[in-house]
Amino acid sequence: MVREINDSNSNLTDSSARRFETFSYLPAMTTDAIRKQVEYIVRRGWDPAIEHATPENARERYWCMWKLPMFGESDVQKILSEAEACLRAYPENHVRLVGYDRYRQTQGTAMVIFRGVADSRTR
Amino acid sequence: MAGKMKTYQAGVKAYRETYWEPDYKTRDTDILACFKITPQSGVAREEAAAAVAAESSTGTWTTVWTDLLTDLEHYKGRAYRIEDVPGDDTCFYAFVAYPIDLFEEGSVVNVFTSLVGNVFGFKAIRALRLEDVRFPLAYVITCGGPPHGIQVERDKLNKYGRPLLGCTIKPKLGLSAKNYGRAVYECLRGGLDFTKDDENVNSQPFMRWRHRFEFVMEAVRQAEQETGERKGHYLNCTAPTPEAMYQRAEYARQLGAPIIMHDYLTGGFCANTGLANWCREHGVLLHIHRAMHAVLDRNPHHGIHFRVLAKALRLSGGDHLHTGTVVGKLEGDRASTLGWIDLLREKYIGEDRRRGIFFDQDWGTMPGVFAVASGGIHVWHMPALLAIFGDDAVFQFGGGTLGHPWGNAAGATANRVALEACVAARNEGRAVEKEGKEILTMAARSCAELKAAMDTWKEIKFEFDTVDKLDVA
Repeated sequence: MVREINDSNSNLTDSSARRFETFSYLPAMTTDAIRKQVEYIVRRGWDPAIEHATPENARERYWCMWKLPMFGESDVQKILSEAEACLRAYPENHVRLVGYDRYRQTQGTAMVIFRGVADSRTR
Repeated sequence: MAGKMKTYQAGVKAYRETYWEPDYKTRDTDILACFKITPQSGVAREEAAAAVAAESSTGTWTTVWTDLLTDLEHYKGRAYRIEDVPGDDTCFYAFVAYPIDLFEEGSVVNVFTSLVGNVFGFKAIRALRLEDVRFPLAYVITCGGPPHGIQVERDKLNKYGRPLLGCTIKPKLGLSAKNYGRAVYECLRGGLDFTKDDENVNSQPFMRWRHRFEFVMEAVRQAEQETGERKGHYLNCTAPTPEAMYQRAEYARQLGAPIIMHDYLTGGFCANTGLANWCREHGVLLHIHRAMHAVLDRNPHHGIHFRVLAKALRLSGGDHLHTGTVVGKLEGDRASTLGWIDLLREKYIGEDRRRGIFFDQDWGTMPGVFAVASGGIHVWHMPALLAIFGDDAVFQFGGGTLGHPWGNAAGATANRVALEACVAARNEGRAVEKEGKEILTMAARSCAELKAAMDTWKEIKFEFDTVDKLDVA
C-alpha cells in the first residue's frame, strides 16, 4: 500500500521552519483556546506575563517583556487584553504567555499564543 | 530441626536483650528503616527483628571484650516496632532506628553497606527485604543530590508546562556511529527533546564511544538549528573504570553535550556519586538508568524495594531516573509508582501506606529528579501517562517513535502532537484519561503522522487493555 510521505520542514535558512516549544506542534490557537489556557494559569495561582520576540530571534532565552508580569492578576479578560495589546504593538512578532510559579521559582508554563509572520505554515 | 532451633534461639536471645527496645522514642536525626522479615520457623518476631538491628549495626554473633571500651548503648541500632504484613503471615515488618553517627556523611555507599550488608545472608532469617528508609534531614544535607534538579533543567532547556519527550535509539546493538547519528537526528528534528543511548551501549567494537559522541553531537546541533529548540542526547558514560567514565564525560562536555548518562546500579553508588559531582561542577545534566534494579526489587520477600533505590539515587545524584510506566509493556502498580515518583520529585512526602510509604521524608532544599517513563509505550498511552506522571517527567517512546511507518521524524512528530494535545486538553480542564481517545482523534485530524501512528499501534494486544482503560477510567 502506497502512503503519502509527509516530510518535516527541516530548513536552516527559512525561519518558518522554527518551532518554539510548548504547543508549537499544534495548529495556531483560537481565541477560545487562548482564553482557556489563561484560565488554567489563573486557576493554578500562577502570575501571568506576556513576552514577545521576532521569529528570527525566537531561540533566544530572554524575550522582550510586555510590561511587568501581572502579579496576582486573576481577571482573565484583563490578561487577554494585555496579550492583544502586545500583538497590536508588535504584529509581526511571536507573543508568548507565561505563568510564573513563585513557589517553585520557575515558569509553570509558557506558550506562544500569537505566531509571528515568518511562521508561514499557520498565518 | 530441634537442634537448629536451639542454636538460633541461643544466638537470637542475646540480640533481643540488647537490640529490641519497644519503648524507644525515635530521634529526628535517626536513620529509620522498615524491613520485611521472613524468619526461620521457631524464631520469635522480636528475636528476628533484634537480630536484624544488631547485624546491620554494632552487633556480631558473640560478645567481645572490646564492646566494653565504647558506649554501645549510643551506637547500636534498635528494633523498636513490629507490625503484621497485610495478607501475608509468613513475614512481618520490623522498624529499626540507627543513630546518625553510625554513617559517614554524604555516603550512600556507607549507608547501604550497613543496612543491606551481611544481614541479608543471616541464617536466623529465611528472607529479608528493605521496604523503606527515612533519611533524616541532617543526613540529607550532607549529600550532593541531583546535580541540577527539575527547575534548573527546565530553565537550561527552555521547556515549560509539559512533560519532555525522549527515545532510546534502536537496534540497541550493532549500528555504526554514523548510522546511529542519523537515527538521532531524525528523532530530534521531528520534535523530540531527547534521544538516549541504550544502557547496553558503552564502547563496543562496532561503535566506539568517541565515534558515537562525535556523530551524535553533530546530529543534536543540526536538529537544534533547524527546529530552534534545545535538544539533547543522553551520552552513556557508564564505563569499566572510573577513569574511563570521567574521560568520556569530559569529552562529551568538550563537544557541548547538555546531558550525559550513567547506570547507577551496575556502575555502583561510588561511581555515580562521583559523576554527579562532576556534572554539578561542569553544568552537565545527568540521566540515570537503573539496569539490575529488578534483581534487587522484584522479589516481594527479599531484596530492596525500588522506593529505597529511588531515594538512594536522589541522595547520590541524578537529574532523571527511570521509574517504570505503569501502562506499557512493563506493568507496575499505579499507587506504588505514584509513591516513588513523589519521593523523587517533592520536597516533603508524608507517610502513606496506601502508596507503600512507611515514613515521612523531608528532603529540605535538595532538588528533585525527573521521573522517566520508558518501555513499550506509544501514542495511545499518552493520555494515561500525562494523568499519572504530570509535567515533571520524561516519556520515552523507543519503538513508539522508530517503529512509525514513515520513520523516526514522523514518529517523533506524532508523539509530540499527541503530547501537546493532551496537555492542552488537561489545561482546559478536560479529563484526559477518560477522554483520551477523542482528544487524540481530534489532534490527528490536523496531523497525518499522528493518524498513521494511531492506525499502526491500535492492533497491539497490550494496547487494547490500555485503550479500554482510557474509556472507563
